[in-house]
Amino acid sequence: MQYAILCYNHEEITSAWTKEEDDLCMKQLLAVQEPLKQQGKLGPVARLLPTSAATTLRKTNEEPLVIDGPFAETKEQLLGFYVVDVENLDEALGIARDLAKANLAMGSYEIRPIQMFIPNELK
Amino acid sequence: MTDIAWIDKALTAARPQAMAALLRYFRDLDTAEEAFQEACLRALKNWPKNGPPRDPAAWLIFVGRNSGIDTIRKKSRLTELPPEDRISDLEDHEAGMAERLDNADYRDDVLRLLFICCHPDLPSTQQTALALRVVSGLSVKQIARAFLVNERAMEQRITRAKGRVGSSNVSFETPGPAERAERFAVVAAMVYLVFNEGYSATGEDCTSRIPLCEEAIRLARLLLRLFPTEPEMMGLLALMLLQHSRMPSRFDAEGQIILLEDQDRSLWNRPMINEGLALIDKAMRRAEPGPYQVQAAIAALHARAPTPSDTDWKGIDQLYATLEVMQPSPVITLNRSVAISKLSGAADALAMIEPLAPKLGNYFNFHGVRGAYLMQLGRRGEAREAFDMAIARANSAAEAAHIRIHLDRLMQEGAAPAKN
Repeated sequence: MQYAILCYNHEEITSAWTKEEDDLCMKQLLAVQEPLKQQGKLGPVARLLPTSAATTLRKTNEEPLVIDGPFAETKEQLLGFYVVDVENLDEALGIARDLAKANLAMGSYEIRPIQMFIPNELK
Repeated sequence: MTDIAWIDKALTAARPQAMAALLRYFRDLDTAEEAFQEACLRALKNWPKNGPPRDPAAWLIFVGRNSGIDTIRKKSRLTELPPEDRISDLEDHEAGMAERLDNADYRDDVLRLLFICCHPDLPSTQQTALALRVVSGLSVKQIARAFLVNERAMEQRITRAKGRVGSSNVSFETPGPAERAERFAVVAAMVYLVFNEGYSATGEDCTSRIPLCEEAIRLARLLLRLFPTEPEMMGLLALMLLQHSRMPSRFDAEGQIILLEDQDRSLWNRPMINEGLALIDKAMRRAEPGPYQVQAAIAALHARAPTPSDTDWKGIDQLYATLEVMQPSPVITLNRSVAISKLSGAADALAMIEPLAPKLGNYFNFHGVRGAYLMQLGRRGEAREAFDMAIARANSAAEAAHIRIHLDRLMQEGAAPAKN
């Protein structure tokens, strides 16, 4: 069974870390990842930029709505995610629009830039 | 990270919102600060035992408000509240409490708190010092070190500023859109001022002043979280991130300035650049340009160039032209001339800045840039004079030293033919 492990924390604290604190944290996290990588148990890993860099696309009955800022509703749940490598936010929004159109349900897509990405190691 | 270190970070992070809400309750800076202090003390006692609350700011506001009311009652010799048993078991109430502390309130509270620090009667140095003390919670010692004054002088400066602010009549009503926009512009300018206090530091002062850059970035992130649709706040945060990303490469081991084109770009902080680029990209989509966005876009063009020769000078020239229209200023024209010198040569750049002499005659950079163009044109004597004028107007030893390097080079090159 594959699992996604999602990380939550107060970003006003983590984004105010000094470089030393941040480096230490990343070092300790990488040390946990290393044996998993060796065993072929580690999929892609991503660290996201703060939510202030996020944009949200909300599906409506008409044209989807583009909203600055992160997805903020608490009544919907996180169901999945995509990682795309594109030129700019417009291109990413275009993809999100296509996904919204293809999706049977309503829902939203938060588009958040990735700060650090480690590719898939799963066989 | 130990419990105490984590709590310390959480208290610092929650401070602007908590202080802002407490100020709305008590309408007095000192009472709000005392209430916040008391809440922090109780957090230090309570959190290691009961674990950190899910919403530290909400917890601090709730506890701070109770303790503030308690203090006021004691002062007016009324019956005491029994606060401890009320606050000892908060967990169950937190969800409801967080919902009551609606984000809409928060954002105007934080904006008001920052705006109060920007009182127009206060000189800008007092505005920034007050904001760093009250909003960011830096100690007087830290602020004094950052502003290169002694602690007592800074203590007095902050006390005086608080006195002035106390007598101001800032409305505690929810501001209308026009008033909010005005407050926002004033506060953004103050945040950028804090940043520049740190960014303009050179040489030995750097280490004590870099925290100002970090603090300004933290405040801008906070403001953008509260006002996620403000393109100028996206621009300001992007601008500061892009400028600060170059910090590790701006000075050599002796503290001498390294010019942008000579910097080791591999030292630039990539995550900061990525965040800055993402923000400016996002801001541009709104098509409501403003000076911070344009300046960030200029910084972005530098950040995107893998080597100096890849720099999009044409784009930079166009952006400066836009900025000149938005915010006419001789300093912007001076900066634009650098792009012109790259695009069409030093002669054109020099012609562009000569008319600025009456306005920028006392500005260090004007003479430094002018000297560099004259040097490129082989007008050595005039270049030397310009560099001398720059040194006389330098704001710091590092600035003067930087110009002296040009002068030395000029002297050596000038001396060489004479030997032959």
